[in-house]
Amino acid sequence: MALFMIFFATLFTHNIALTYFLGMCPFISVSKNLKTAWGMGVAVVFVMTVTAAINWPIYYKVLVPLKAEFLYYVLFIITIAALVQFVEMVTERYLPALQVTLGVFLPLITVNCAILGVSLFMILRNYSYAQSVVFAFGSGVGWTLAIIAMSGIRTKLMFADIPKGLVGPGITMIIAGIMALAFMGFAGMVGV
Amino acid sequence: MMEVLIPILVMCSIASGLAVLLAVADKYIASYGECKLIINKDTEITVEGGDTLLSYLIDNEIYMPSACGGKGTCGYCKLKVLEGGGTVLPTETPFLTKHDIAQAVRLACQVKVKKDVELGIPDDLLAAQQFKTVIEIIEDLTHDIKRIVFKLIDPEKIEFKAGQYVQFCIPETTEYRAYSVASQPSIADRIELMIRHIPGGLCSGYVHECLEEGDEIFLTGAYGDFYLREESTKDIICVAGGCGMAPIRSIVKHLHEKGSTRKITYFFGARQKRDLFCTEELRAIEKEFPNFKYIPALSEPISEDDWDGEVGLITATMQKHMKHDENQEAYLCGPPPMLEAAVKVLTAKGVSKSDIYYDEF
Ligand SMILES: Cc1cc2nc3c(=O)[nH]c(=O)nc-3n(C[C@H](O)[C@H](O)[C@H](O)COP(=O)(O)OP(=O)(O)OC[C@H]3O[C@@H](n4cnc5c(N)ncnc54)[C@H](O)[C@@H]3O)c2cc1C
Ligand code: FES
Repeated sequence: MALFMIFFATLFTHNIALTYFLGMCPFISVSKNLKTAWGMGVAVVFVMTVTAAINWPIYYKVLVPLKAEFLYYVLFIITIAALVQFVEMVTERYLPALQVTLGVFLPLITVNCAILGVSLFMILRNYSYAQSVVFAFGSGVGWTLAIIAMSGIRTKLMFADIPKGLVGPGITMIIAGIMALAFMGFAGMVGV
Repeated sequence: MMEVLIPILVMCSIASGLAVLLAVADKYIASYGECKLIINKDTEITVEGGDTLLSYLIDNEIYMPSACGGKGTCGYCKLKVLEGGGTVLPTETPFLTKHDIAQAVRLACQVKVKKDVELGIPDDLLAAQQFKTVIEIIEDLTHDIKRIVFKLIDPEKIEFKAGQYVQFCIPETTEYRAYSVASQPSIADRIELMIRHIPGGLCSGYVHECLEEGDEIFLTGAYGDFYLREESTKDIICVAGGCGMAPIRSIVKHLHEKGSTRKITYFFGARQKRDLFCTEELRAIEKEFPNFKYIPALSEPISEDDWDGEVGLITATMQKHMKHDENQEAYLCGPPPMLEAAVKVLTAKGVSKSDIYYDEF
């Protein structure tokens, strides 16, 4: 499939947050204001892309030749965890400015299911290396798009009169559902 | 045979490869060499950089208050980082006011030490110590409040001001909870706390369900700006609800011992008679110490209570009994809504805002 089509699909028709409902914990908890949502989004784009770029060769160059494909769940999660730690140390030391925006979000991301999800999807869908990287990057951007839209809506909600029991995560889940319905409008434009 | 061995080998080699990468990075990238912590321009501590300020301070026996164990969720570990702290992190902003930021206040558990750091720590925090204690007495005060007496083992004595609090270190964790000292400062070798059971609460649950006489517990302290202003000569209004009794009891007993000439009126709000405690003790002080008056009020007495005292919210009782007088200061302790309402009554009765001290539980 053309790279552009993959990118487009991950943004709109197959948005990782709104179609697959992956990465919901940070989506609900970090979407209170625009600034932190943006920080989280950037961190997700970064980690998704880098982990997919490393997990792809691990699968195709190591696991497939050795017929140990079934290990990919475990190995992917180990590489993600290790990589996030490594990236954290490097940014903290050499890129203090980036650390201020990304730093606090990086450890949160290790356990984000969307990151593992992207690595697993690229295998299931038999993407080439270039396709995988674009897919991962696009998924990150798509997730960021969703969380930024959500935080925009939640900023407006501060002035809304919400029933007491729904304040916070409750209303956020409902909005996520409505946003997902809206995004369904794009479905059918692209097949995966 | 090979089908089993190969995956194991693959798994182990990739995992150990990553582990080696991290170990090397930890040694060379995440190490910042020796850094100096300069406290209040006079004390200097040298540490191996890379960890948080809070952990170095605790290692060096400076017991900053911290309730969450350094997770950045309590906002108690505030101190001034005058130099070398970097920019304020997004994890800190929810706890810092504009005034704090202008004063270079930071959360010690969030600031990583990467170079020499200059700190400003108030003297009373520097004086806080860690105490090894043994539980001497546990007794029920009401259906959900226990009184606990701790005997100090090491150090054997504590200095504090009536109204201050200590922190209870929950065994096997790094979490702490604040509890106001209920005993008066003249008892230096013991500490009394009054702890209310909060359903699902970690520390209060531990105290009510697991703690036994003879157990060893670590306390740190004393902390807090909520303490009796002894230099003042103004009359005193105390207002408390629930465990707010603890610091007020300390203040009242201290004033009684000193034979203070200041007039003290203590309003205590409770729901029903079963929520009242220390009543006999306070009534006995009242008899011996004419300057002191204790006025409990029940908001929802039931018929079995057979209550002939004040009924209604504590604020209504305050309205009724307080005189309009600017020469008064107030000590409030209890849940935030009660404090807010009480402050309104006090200001209406002429008490200046700067003479109102309070602790939110
Ligand atoms: C300066 C200061 C002095 C204090 N003095 C006393 C004292 O003398 N006696 C005393 O019993 N407590 C006192 N507290 C409160 C105490 O520090 C703990 O917050 C309380 O015991 C709950 O801790 P936990 O570990 O049991 O509950 P957590 O595990 O921390 O919390 C469990 C749940 O209870 C809720 N919760 C926490 N605290 C309260 C509360 N106070 N009221 C209602 N719900 C709550 C939380 O939101 C959470 O959902 C004081 C607090 C401060 C800041
Ligand atoms: S220790 Fe709780 S915020 Fe720092």
